[in-house]
Amino acid sequence: MTGEWATAFARVPELAREHLLVSFAAIGLALLLCAPLAVAAHRNRRFAAVALGLASLVQTIPGLALLALFFPVLLAVSTVLGEWVEPLGFLPALLALTLYALLPILRNAVTGLAGVDPAALEAAEGLGMTRWQKMRLVELPLALPTIVAGIRTAAVWTIGAATLATTIGQPSLGDLIFAGLQTQAWTLVLAGCAGSAALALSVDGAIALAQRGVERRQRLTGAIAGLMIAALAAFALWPQAPDNRPQVTIGAKGFSEQYILARLIGLRLERAGYAVDYRDNLGSGVLHAAVASGQVDIGVDYAGTLWTNELKRSDRQPREAMIAGIAAWMQGAGGARLIGPLGFENAYAFAVTRATAERLSLGDLHDLARAAPMMTLGTDPEFLERPEWRAVDAAYGMGFAGTRSLSPGFMYDALASGEADVITAYTSDGRVAADRLVLLADPEGAIPSYDALLVAHVDAEGDAGVRQVLDGLIGAIDVRTMAEANHMVDRVADKRSIGEAAAWLDAQIRAQEGAE
Amino acid sequence: MTADAAHRPAAIRFERLLCSHGAQPVLGPIDLAIARGSFVALVGASGSGKSTLIRSITHLHVPEAGRVEVDGIDVVSSDIAKLRRRIGYVFQSVGLFPHMDIAANISIGARIGGDRLAIGRVEELLALVGLDPSFATRLPASLSGGQAQRVGVARALALEPAILLMDEPFGALDPVTRDRLAREVRSLHDRLGLTTLMVTHDMAEALLIADRILVLDAGQIVADAPPAKLIANPGHPAAEALVAVPRAQAAAIAALAGPRT
Repeated sequence: MTGEWATAFARVPELAREHLLVSFAAIGLALLLCAPLAVAAHRNRRFAAVALGLASLVQTIPGLALLALFFPVLLAVSTVLGEWVEPLGFLPALLALTLYALLPILRNAVTGLAGVDPAALEAAEGLGMTRWQKMRLVELPLALPTIVAGIRTAAVWTIGAATLATTIGQPSLGDLIFAGLQTQAWTLVLAGCAGSAALALSVDGAIALAQRGVERRQRLTGAIAGLMIAALAAFALWPQAPDNRPQVTIGAKGFSEQYILARLIGLRLERAGYAVDYRDNLGSGVLHAAVASGQVDIGVDYAGTLWTNELKRSDRQPREAMIAGIAAWMQGAGGARLIGPLGFENAYAFAVTRATAERLSLGDLHDLARAAPMMTLGTDPEFLERPEWRAVDAAYGMGFAGTRSLSPGFMYDALASGEADVITAYTSDGRVAADRLVLLADPEGAIPSYDALLVAHVDAEGDAGVRQVLDGLIGAIDVRTMAEANHMVDRVADKRSIGEAAAWLDAQIRAQEGAE
Repeated sequence: MTADAAHRPAAIRFERLLCSHGAQPVLGPIDLAIARGSFVALVGASGSGKSTLIRSITHLHVPEAGRVEVDGIDVVSSDIAKLRRRIGYVFQSVGLFPHMDIAANISIGARIGGDRLAIGRVEELLALVGLDPSFATRLPASLSGGQAQRVGVARALALEPAILLMDEPFGALDPVTRDRLAREVRSLHDRLGLTTLMVTHDMAEALLIADRILVLDAGQIVADAPPAKLIANPGHPAAEALVAVPRAQAAAIAALAGPRT
């Protein structure tokens, strides 16, 4: 147990540093933007309505969506302005979090300035203050408590929302939370939440203390608050030990198999003398675009995903033809290159419990279509939006009584507890075998092949050392081995960390190499 | 003194002054000269334009048309912030800055002019308005209404202005404090040789402390006379109505005291 906690908290300091850095930068930028906006809004009622309306509108966009939206936007901008505009990582996280922080700061500033006693304002004018003096000597000090309250709200929100930044490749304490939720490793979730809460509370406390110091003219209180903020800033900005090894960035989508494969590749690259950086929890489309643009060097994608989402193909082809088609397409579009298939498939498959299969005599998707009106379908959040679902629906005519969108980690629990009668499982998922689920056959071949493909940016592909490591993984993992590795991190009893599963998988591959 | 004052140049002069709130004309046209050293009371009912007139002097209300001159110089051609610092102003709402202590409030005029008050000047001003020097370090929230307005007067006098403008300065005070403060202000006026213009709706107060009373009605000056003359012959019905109140009160109080035998 203690080992589990130690592992969970081991990554907290480094992630907390990145977390705090992007949060501070966003709050600082929001303050810089809000200062002129608030003054303008205070002096012009119509401008205030427009500015606050827009800030509120931003606030209605879910945090995850706002972060994700910056990826395509910055990708487009980077094609115009050049490569320094990085559509992944710090920049989109900074921009999205800044937008999020604007509303509480701006609204409180406008409210605070509007609430200044009119008698004080009349006196300020009557005594001969200029507009700027009135703002500096009267309006700002009197509105300060309200303004600071807004900054504190913004700080707490921003530090909370920064956990989501992991989805666009900005490392944060959200890395632990997302990975923990995905693999139901609650120690990771707790470590991430506790770290983020501690950061939020210390920043909030430091600002509150600073305010008290200023208001009550307590030099000591102000000094302590200043030291606290300086210490937090120094922690965020602490220079990292320079790493002279060549740097490789590995991207992963947000589920167990991807985490394990990323760590497996990383493990092997580190052995070959590379320094490895991970970008976990990337959206499906984001990973491919990130490899194509070179922000991520290496990732594992799936044939069916690329075929439908990137090549925009809806025709069905045998797997070899699909893989060849993808390889050829990559050569012609962008910087991503296909290295080769890892050797297993992670396809969508409709899964039911053995009891359900027997009760409704389900063997294939035709049988499922017949029973569908009595059943609830549980899927991951994206399946119902995917072309595969349209293809299945077109081929078999599925009319389910209801559908439930679940995080992949919870789909199997929903099936076990009866909240869903059938789920869109993944063929390489260890829980399929562990839960003795029945995978329904697809006689019409509606669901495309989902070979796991090793993809690298053209520069990484050209690096002989990297290429050697990657080539060693081609065809090296069969579906049973992958499913077992996945199950190690997904199961409740005797749960292993992602790193342990990756090491186990690495040992399996080496043993196999030795046998050959 | 009044006869003498008439020959001196005017401290404040209005020429064809017109003021409006939006499209609504509220004042004017006004032609008026305030002699140096005089204590003038502007009396009228609510909405008669008396506050607008005093506010137009330092452009707290910007006039529609006409001229205002202070010491013979058109207000439009002077630096308005500097002009305001040269003129003492006491507000009905007092308007002390709640986040500054009394010393800082009194020194604010010097501070915004890029200057500071001489050492001991705050205490001197506090003494002038009858407050203990220990008030200097207190915050406005700890003061009574009368004490706060005394500080308001001290703040107005801090830069030794020649002109003191007071917009219903004692309106929010209890009658006893009000009476005492009004008489103290009159004596300060005399000691410091100020030109004072005070807006009030209380004719009794005006009659007792001013040298000259202007009665405003519907934006026009309908009476302009020293107190004794005004009470003898108000002239205009609005002035008559205002004078009637203290006159009737005085008679009623005298009757209560009983006939002298």
